[in-house]
Amino acid sequence: MTSAEGTPAPSILSANRISKSFGEIPVLFSVDFDIRPGEVHAVIGENGAGKSTLIKILSGIEQPTSGSIGYDGQTVVLPPNGAAEARGIVLIHQELNLAEDLTVSQSIFLGREIKRFGFLDLREMRKRAHAVMEMLHVHVDPDARINTLSVADKQMVEIAKAISRDARVLIMDEPTAVLSVAETQTLFEQIRRLTARGVAVIFISHKLDEIMELADRVTVLRDGQLIATVGTEALTPDSIAQMMVGRELSNLYPPKHEPDVDAPVVLGVRNLVAAGVKNISFDLRKGEILGFAGLIGSGRTAVAEAVVGLGHRSSGDITLDGKPVNFARVAQSVDAGLAYMTKDRKGKGLLLNMGLRPNLTLLTLKKHLRFGFLDGSSEERALERATRRFDIRARDASVAVGRLSGGNQQKLMLGKTMESEPDIIIMDEPTRGIDVGTKQQIYHIIAALAAEGKSIILISSEMQEVIGLSHRVVVMREGRLAGVLEGAEITEAEIMRYAAGIKQSGHDERISA
Amino acid sequence: MSASAPDISVKPKRAFRLDLKTVGPLLALALLVLLGISLNENFLSYNNLTNVLARSSFIGIIAIGATFVITAGGLDLSVGSMAAVIAGVMIMVMNWLIPSLGIGWSVVIAGMLSGILLGGVAGVFNGLMITRGRIEAFIVTLGTMGIFRSLVTFLANGGTLSLNFSVADVYRPVYYDGLLGVPYPIIVFALVAIGGEITMRYTAFGRYCAAIGSNEQVARYSSINVDNVRLLTYILQGVLVGVAVLLYVPRLGSASSTTGVLWELEAIAGVIIGGTTLKGGYGRIWGTVVGVVILGLIGNILNLQSLISPYLNGAFQGVIIILAVLLQRGRRT
Repeated sequence: MTSAEGTPAPSILSANRISKSFGEIPVLFSVDFDIRPGEVHAVIGENGAGKSTLIKILSGIEQPTSGSIGYDGQTVVLPPNGAAEARGIVLIHQELNLAEDLTVSQSIFLGREIKRFGFLDLREMRKRAHAVMEMLHVHVDPDARINTLSVADKQMVEIAKAISRDARVLIMDEPTAVLSVAETQTLFEQIRRLTARGVAVIFISHKLDEIMELADRVTVLRDGQLIATVGTEALTPDSIAQMMVGRELSNLYPPKHEPDVDAPVVLGVRNLVAAGVKNISFDLRKGEILGFAGLIGSGRTAVAEAVVGLGHRSSGDITLDGKPVNFARVAQSVDAGLAYMTKDRKGKGLLLNMGLRPNLTLLTLKKHLRFGFLDGSSEERALERATRRFDIRARDASVAVGRLSGGNQQKLMLGKTMESEPDIIIMDEPTRGIDVGTKQQIYHIIAALAAEGKSIILISSEMQEVIGLSHRVVVMREGRLAGVLEGAEITEAEIMRYAAGIKQSGHDERISA
Repeated sequence: MSASAPDISVKPKRAFRLDLKTVGPLLALALLVLLGISLNENFLSYNNLTNVLARSSFIGIIAIGATFVITAGGLDLSVGSMAAVIAGVMIMVMNWLIPSLGIGWSVVIAGMLSGILLGGVAGVFNGLMITRGRIEAFIVTLGTMGIFRSLVTFLANGGTLSLNFSVADVYRPVYYDGLLGVPYPIIVFALVAIGGEITMRYTAFGRYCAAIGSNEQVARYSSINVDNVRLLTYILQGVLVGVAVLLYVPRLGSASSTTGVLWELEAIAGVIIGGTTLKGGYGRIWGTVVGVVILGLIGNILNLQSLISPYLNGAFQGVIIILAVLLQRGRRT
C-alpha cells in the first residue's frame, strides 16, 4: 500500500525522515509524517510501535536524533518542555495534565494569567473561559474545580485550554480510552468543529472503528518503521489490522507441549466482576499456558488481582481444583498454590534498595524460620538454588536489586514467585523491558513449567509472545472477554480484531470450548 | 569544642567509602569520647559514665521502639507526652493501691504493669488510627501528643503528681541500684537493645518492617499483612515507652506537665544519627543506641568544660542531627 497523495494542500506540520534512539536503542527509523490544516490524521500501531515517540517529537518534548521538523513550510527546531504550545502545537496527554484543585478558568489560563496593574484579572479570565466553553458548547462552570468534573469534561477543559492558546495543531494521545460511547461522540463533534476552523488534529487511538469514523488519513507504524500513510476511504478495519501486525514468528519460542485435552480444570472463574472487570469467565487446565491478550488497560491485570485477592471482587465465583475459594488476602492464594507475578517490577515486585536474598525470600519468609528466628543459611541455600535455576547474574548477592539489569530483576522476581511452589502462576508481562536473550530464557522457563504440570496464565501485551507460548488465548477488551482463541485461530490479526472490537464473540458459548 | 562538629563530618570522608555507612556513628562516638577525655580527666570515671548512660537509657529504650516505627515508614511524635501521662497514671495507681495492698513491692509491681499496659493501649490507639483510620502517622501522633500532654496536666491539676514517700523508698533502687555495679536502667537498656537488634535482624517481623518502609506496595504484593505489622510497631513503641517510664518514675518520684518534654525529638534524633533512614526501609538498632549515647555525651561534655555554655546543648545536638542526615544523603550518591 502506498501513500495516497490526493490533495496538494500544503502541510502545516511535517516530520521528514525522523529517527530517534534512546541510548543504544533505536525506536523510530526514518519516519515521514505530515498534517494539513483542517485534517484529522490518525496514528496507529501496536504497543511499542513508536507512536508516543513520534508525537513527543512532533510537540517538541523530544528532539529527533536525525531528520527535521517542518512547521508552516519552514524547517524548525521545536522548543522543549511543551514550549511549542506558544507556537500553536498543543499535546493533550492521555492522562490529562490538569491540576486537580484549580478551577476551570484557573486551569485554562495557567501559566499565562491575565493581569491588570500586576494583579490577576479574575473577572476577565472567567469571562474568557466562559466564552471558550460556550464556543465548544460545553456547559461547565468556569469556577468549578477540576476534581469535581467527569473525565470527559476534564478533556473538554484541556481542549478549551488548547483553543484559548490558538492551537493550530492539536495532538491527542488516546483521548477516547477513558470515554463512554456518548462522550466519545461529543468529543468527535468538538474535533469536527475544530477542523472546520482549520485546526489540524493528530489523533492516536487503538480503536479502529473510531479511526474509520473520524480520520481523513491514517499513518501505520510498526516496530518504529513507517508502514504506510493512507487515505481512510481506501481502508477497512481489517486492512489496518493487517498492516499493524504481520510479522513472522522466529524460533524464540520453545515448541509447544500440548496439554491433554481432558486435563482437569485447575482454576475456574465464573462471572467475575471487579473494578475494571465486567463479567469474566474462563477455565485454566492443568499444564496449560493460557494467554491473556488485549490492549493496555483492557482489564487483564485487574482480573488477575481480583482472582488472587489483591483487588476487590464485587461478585463472581472462583474454583481451585473444583473447590470454591474466596481469597480475601494474597497470603491465602499463595498458600493455596496460586501465585501472581506483578508486571510492575520496580513499584510492586522488588525492594530496590535491598539485596537479592531478602527479595527472594520476602514472599515465603515463614519457610526460613527456625525456632521463630530467620535462618540465614536456609535463605542462602534458597538463593543459590534460584540463582542456578533461573540464571540470575549479579556481581554479588549484597548488591542492591535496583542496580541489576531488568532481565536479572525479572528472573529474580520469577524466582521469588516460584519460591512459594505454586501450581498455578499468573505472570503479568513477564518480559516487559528486557533484552531478547533473557526473553528467550524466560520463554523456555515458562514452557518447562507447563511441561512439568504447572498451569500458567500469561498476560502480555506482546502479541507474538502470547501466540508463541499459549495453548489458548483469552482476548479482553474494555474489561470484557472479547473472545477465546484456540489452535490455528491464534494469529495476530485475529487477536487484533477482537482486541480492537471489530470482532466480538458471545463469550458464554466459547468458554467451554 | 566547636571543633567537634567539623571533625565528625570530615573524618568519615577519609575512611573507606563503603564502610562509611557502618562506621560513621561509631567514629563520631569515638571522637566524642576522645574529646571528653582530653577535656576532663573525670570523664572516664565510673560515676560519670554510669550517670550518662543511665540518663540516656530512658530515651534509648524509647528510641529503640522508634527505630521499628521509622523503619516501617511511620513516625510517632507522641512518645514524650505518652511518657508523661504514663508516669502520672502509674503514680496515681500506686498511691491508690496503697490502702488495699499496703506499702511494698506488690504496689510497685502493680504500678509497673499498669504503665506497660497503658503504653500498649496508647500504641494500639495510635496504630489503629494510622492503619485502619488511614490517617497519616504524623497527624495522628501530633494529635495524641497534644491529648496526652493535656491529660497529664489535667490529672496533676496543673501541678505535680507525687508518689507516696514510703512507696518511693521501696521503688528507689530500681533507678539507683544495680547488678555488679551496673545500674538497672543501663541493664534494661542493654537487654532491650539486644532484643531489638535480634528482632530487627533475625525475625520475620523485622524484615517485614524494612520491606514495608522500603515499598509498601511490594510488601502488599508479597502477601505481607502491612496493616498488622504497622500496628505492631506502634504497640511495641508504646510498651517500650512504658518500660522507660517505669525506670524513670523512681528517679524523681513525681510527674508533671513538663515530664518527658521533647523526648520524642531526642528519640527520633538518636534513631536518625544512628543511620536509620527517616523515610523508612532501613533500620539498625545498634546505630540507634550509638546515636542516643552520642546525644547524651554531648550534654555531658558541655557540662564538663567551661569554655562553652552548657545552654548550647540543644544547638550542638541540632548540628549533629543535620550532619548525620547530610552524610546519609552523601552516601547514596
